[in-house]
Amino acid sequence: MAKMAVIEGSHAIAEAAKVCRPAVVSAYPITPQTHIVEDISQMIADGELMNCEYVRTESEFSAASVILGAAAAGTRVFSATSSQGAVLMYEVLFSMAGMRLPGVLAMANRSVSSPLSIWNDHQDAISARDNGWIQLWAEDNQEAADMIVQAFKIGEDRRILLPVMVNLDGFLITHTYEPVEILDQNMVDEFLPPYEPLYKLDPKDPVTMGALAQPEYYTEARYMIHYAQLCAKDVIEEVAEEFGKKFGRYKGGLIDTYKMEGAEVVLISMGSVIGTMKDAVDEMRAEGIPVGIVKIRSYRPFPVEALREALKGAKVVCVLDKNISMGMEGAVFTDLKAALYNVKGSPDILGFIIGLGGRDITITDIKNLTNKGFAKMRGEKVSEMEWYKLDVDILPEGI
Amino acid sequence: MAALEDLFASGHRACAGCGCSLFLKTLLNVTGPNVIITEATGCMEVISTPYPESAWKVPWIHSLFENAAPVAAGIEAALKATGRKNDTKVIAIGGDGATIDIGFGNLSGVMERGHDILYICYDNEAYMNTGIQRSGSTPYDASTTTTPAGKVSFGNQSQKKNAPAIMAAHGIPYVATTSMGYPADFAKKVRKALSIEGPKYIQVHATCTPGWGIDSALSIEILRLAVETAMYPLYEYENGEVTSVKKIKGRKPVREYLEKQKRFSHLFKMPNGDKEIEKIQQIADLNAKHFGLDVVEKAKPKEAKAE
Ligand SMILES: Cc1ncc(C[n+]2csc(CCOP(=O)(O)OP(=O)(O)O)c2C)c(N)n1
Ligand code: SF4
Repeated sequence: MAKMAVIEGSHAIAEAAKVCRPAVVSAYPITPQTHIVEDISQMIADGELMNCEYVRTESEFSAASVILGAAAAGTRVFSATSSQGAVLMYEVLFSMAGMRLPGVLAMANRSVSSPLSIWNDHQDAISARDNGWIQLWAEDNQEAADMIVQAFKIGEDRRILLPVMVNLDGFLITHTYEPVEILDQNMVDEFLPPYEPLYKLDPKDPVTMGALAQPEYYTEARYMIHYAQLCAKDVIEEVAEEFGKKFGRYKGGLIDTYKMEGAEVVLISMGSVIGTMKDAVDEMRAEGIPVGIVKIRSYRPFPVEALREALKGAKVVCVLDKNISMGMEGAVFTDLKAALYNVKGSPDILGFIIGLGGRDITITDIKNLTNKGFAKMRGEKVSEMEWYKLDVDILPEGI
Repeated sequence: MAALEDLFASGHRACAGCGCSLFLKTLLNVTGPNVIITEATGCMEVISTPYPESAWKVPWIHSLFENAAPVAAGIEAALKATGRKNDTKVIAIGGDGATIDIGFGNLSGVMERGHDILYICYDNEAYMNTGIQRSGSTPYDASTTTTPAGKVSFGNQSQKKNAPAIMAAHGIPYVATTSMGYPADFAKKVRKALSIEGPKYIQVHATCTPGWGIDSALSIEILRLAVETAMYPLYEYENGEVTSVKKIKGRKPVREYLEKQKRFSHLFKMPNGDKEIEKIQQIADLNAKHFGLDVVEKAKPKEAKAE
């Protein structure tokens, strides 16, 4: 019988990391990631995490560098961070993906300074979008834990060899208690075999890693990372299905859908807001309103084909972006438009900047913006991109 | 006896007379093959690994400019966790810019946490890879591209950061300065460092032909002059205490060191240049005093007066 427990998201993630048997863990504390690394510290102190070196660095930059080095030495590595910590890691994240070193980073998503805010949005991960890491997004505690296990398997696949970032909303997942099925060590061992690196730093078989590339090689090296990301589209689906068969839980591959039968307006987002969206959709469906949800589980690679398929028949799509690319719009909104451009009969797309810096997103909010979708469908004038519930009263006059 | 194979192969792109590439070659002759090297971005990284070539016949990794130390720490942790540590030595290498400036904070973290690695800073006293800009290890009055001598400037106006003392203040088991002018001293110190468990730091003075503006044939001679003038004192710290210094017999005036290098040539042309040279002499005098470098000729015992 599977063991259930009502635990904090952070604890579920730490437990998941543990059963993946990482050889090296390195991290630096930052709210709201702290509970994850504290839990791992306790596991080490209690002898529950054997054959694992936990390196408590003086910064996130070093934590990322430590896991990069350990991955290059051929071992399975784990780290966790958030917000400013992720930004401080920025340079190393590029380097690690560029060297094709797998590893998993749990990202407790949080807004980025300035102004200082410790609360949730998706800016940290979105701004680390182009560094070559695979980005997966979890909806709840269970999915976050399961995703950690899947992430190792995806990244270590010989077709991929890339590091994977598992995104989980700060506080909304990290600090929330939910019933979670604890991953069984034996089952995880069967699902996730020990990491066999293709190359490693070893005096018995010397290799040079991180060489200098002149213009005649750089493009091809970058193309290979891109190619691995494209291959990951299949691998992410395969791994999710295999996980589903083994553990009895399937929360989607690249995407997941909810109540899409006959949906005319479709809501799209990533992370824990999907839960609120489901509640709102349940209520609206009960009133006979044809609305459904597409949840993005993999943001990089971006599931272009899966989205095209899922959105066939949709009239209007509302994208909820908990991030903003300054001077443009929400990142998912932009990407979705690009994915559907030139697709015959593709739906109208509306973008909403919402939930920045921890601002609540309620069921009412979801219904409101769904209504805007239907208004658009009826041909009413609706702005294509909106900063949802922007409080103009606190803006300076004239803005 | 079979000839020693060069683990740092020739054919790399270093300039003639480069003291830094001599350092790499000598280092691997001392360590042998059972090492893993991490190296910072900089001249020695660039000249040794233009893809698809590599001068390295030992496992080697470069990640970034400022993370050779924590990458080495990660490797050490991985070897420990998987029981592969055996006798494999992990060595991190960085130029003075990588080490003493941009990577100094995380180097401190690695030293403080007690990782069993040897960090070697090759100190060519500026950022050479990017075109001779000053670093925290550039000596007083040296002209660099960011501290050029000019009508109202004698060049770099700050003194060399005392990185070895700061490393020693971490209480690590071994810190040493050495010079490629004395390969035997270098080899001895590397061997000693590798025999000690825990974090070790070695700073090795090494020339840069264009950066210092020197005749490539004089590389070794100039490095020796740095030691003989007390501009670059050689010493060892063990567990925070100075345990040995390389004594100087008949210390030479700093002029003899300065005049052979273009980076100091303005001092010999500008009005008041003499005064600046005098200031540099004082820096050397202080080094000599601090480490007790001068060999004092013992006064002959007075002969008993003839009755
Ligand atoms: C974060 C970052 N900043 C700046 C650079 C540019 N850069 C590359 S090497 C280098 C200087 C290297 O100087 P040093 O460490 O003294 O080694 P040297 O080139 O003298 O051997 C600089 C500034 C970089 N690669 N990364
Ligand atoms: S520029 Fe200086 S450090 Fe770089 S290879 Fe030439 S001599 Fe050596």
